[in-house]
Amino acid sequence: MLKLLRKIVQTGRVTGTVPLDAGPRPSLLLNAAHPLRGSVQIRQVDAGSCNGCETEFAAAFGPVYDVERFGVRLVASPRHADALVVTGPVTRNMAVPLVKTFEATPGPKLVIALGDCARDCGVFAGGYGVAGSVADVVPVDVEIPGCPPTPDDIVASLRRVVGR
Amino acid sequence: MSPTGIAVAVLQVVLSIASAPFLVGMMRLIRARLEGRVGAPIRQPWRDLRKLFRKERMVSTNTSIVFSLAPLVLLASAALVAGIVPFLSTTSALDQVGDLFAVVYLLLLGTVFLSLAGLDAGTAFGGMGSSREMTIAAIAEPTLLVAIFALSVSTGSSNLGAIVADTLAHPSRAASPASMLAFSALAVVTIAETGRIPVDNPSTHLELTMIHEAMILEYSGPDLALVELAAHLRLVVFLGLLANLFFPWGIATTAQPLHLVAAAGAVAVKLIVLAAVIAVIEVFIAKVRLFRVPELLAASFVLAFLAVTVSFFLV
Repeated sequence: MLKLLRKIVQTGRVTGTVPLDAGPRPSLLLNAAHPLRGSVQIRQVDAGSCNGCETEFAAAFGPVYDVERFGVRLVASPRHADALVVTGPVTRNMAVPLVKTFEATPGPKLVIALGDCARDCGVFAGGYGVAGSVADVVPVDVEIPGCPPTPDDIVASLRRVVGR
Repeated sequence: MSPTGIAVAVLQVVLSIASAPFLVGMMRLIRARLEGRVGAPIRQPWRDLRKLFRKERMVSTNTSIVFSLAPLVLLASAALVAGIVPFLSTTSALDQVGDLFAVVYLLLLGTVFLSLAGLDAGTAFGGMGSSREMTIAAIAEPTLLVAIFALSVSTGSSNLGAIVADTLAHPSRAASPASMLAFSALAVVTIAETGRIPVDNPSTHLELTMIHEAMILEYSGPDLALVELAAHLRLVVFLGLLANLFFPWGIATTAQPLHLVAAAGAVAVKLIVLAAVIAVIEVFIAKVRLFRVPELLAASFVLAFLAVTVSFFLV
């Protein structure tokens, strides 16, 4: 326990700063009166990803990028969610679960397509198991390009969505 | 039922509800800072609640009236307890009707309704959460009852206000063996009942380990806001109970506005200290396996039982 305490004191704060204009500009910026401004709970849906986007997305919630400080939180149920973060090309097996998850999410809700595969199927385009991009299955509000997008891009995009 | 007594009770409920999300926000911030993160601001839980109240309410077609009723019962029971427990003054209006048995069973009423709601939607995780919650409640509730009962033995009354007033009159009782044993028992129960580490992890996203979160997976929008607010309020109630039963100094014995303001400041300091201690401890320990939780709670029951026994022999 003393060892851990010493580690805490020595390490201090590891979170870096992420400039708002880092990364690509998403199409959406919530206005001040939007109900979701300042607090966005996210449910992540893997629609057939290679897990590269998941790794970067998980890093955005770690101590170094700490997107939680802007009021973004991961939740365990679509019923608690305000935004669905969908990764990967939508495979035939995940098309129906994705639609069901979208329907189970209470409004107002957002869909964020994370990574090139979610935007346009990436290298998997035309594959026999691929039903299409996320936009072909559910309406997409924000796109974060990259293969995979860096945590900087993810944090900057989420910051613009939250408005902080 | 004097008008000032009613005013004190209403004031306690309003202040507890207003401050509960801030206390939770503070605990999250302390944990974040110790983990090397910046963390969300203290007002973030209020922001989340405000947003949830403005969201759509979704109810599964498979649910019954219990599902819709549970958030209201949970919040109402917690708010009523916040009015009964002597937070600000020993002269609360509800104090005559609400003794320790009423408080314990009002808190249990909320727990039972939430467990029923977890079962109601028929989802696998909801049922698992309810079953776990009941496993814990079955051992934690008697401990809570017996621990407070140990204090009421020396006072000769099961009235919470009378217990607090008696401790104020005899300060040495706060350091008696019975009181110390009861305090450690109640501290474990507080952690178990409010779903903190090592019994439950309030920030978990892993369905297999969660207890409280598993029961509320089906709630959305305003219903979820009520459940979350009630959970925050229960934390304040348990910590307030722990603080004022064992360290009552600062509480008002009258209902004069100036005394009440001082008492509010005193109870705020006590709550902040207790919450900070819990948040710091949470960083240092891991959640125990579910099968080990009954051992922890059984140990706390033994402590509570010893406290009652000791209070008969050593006053």
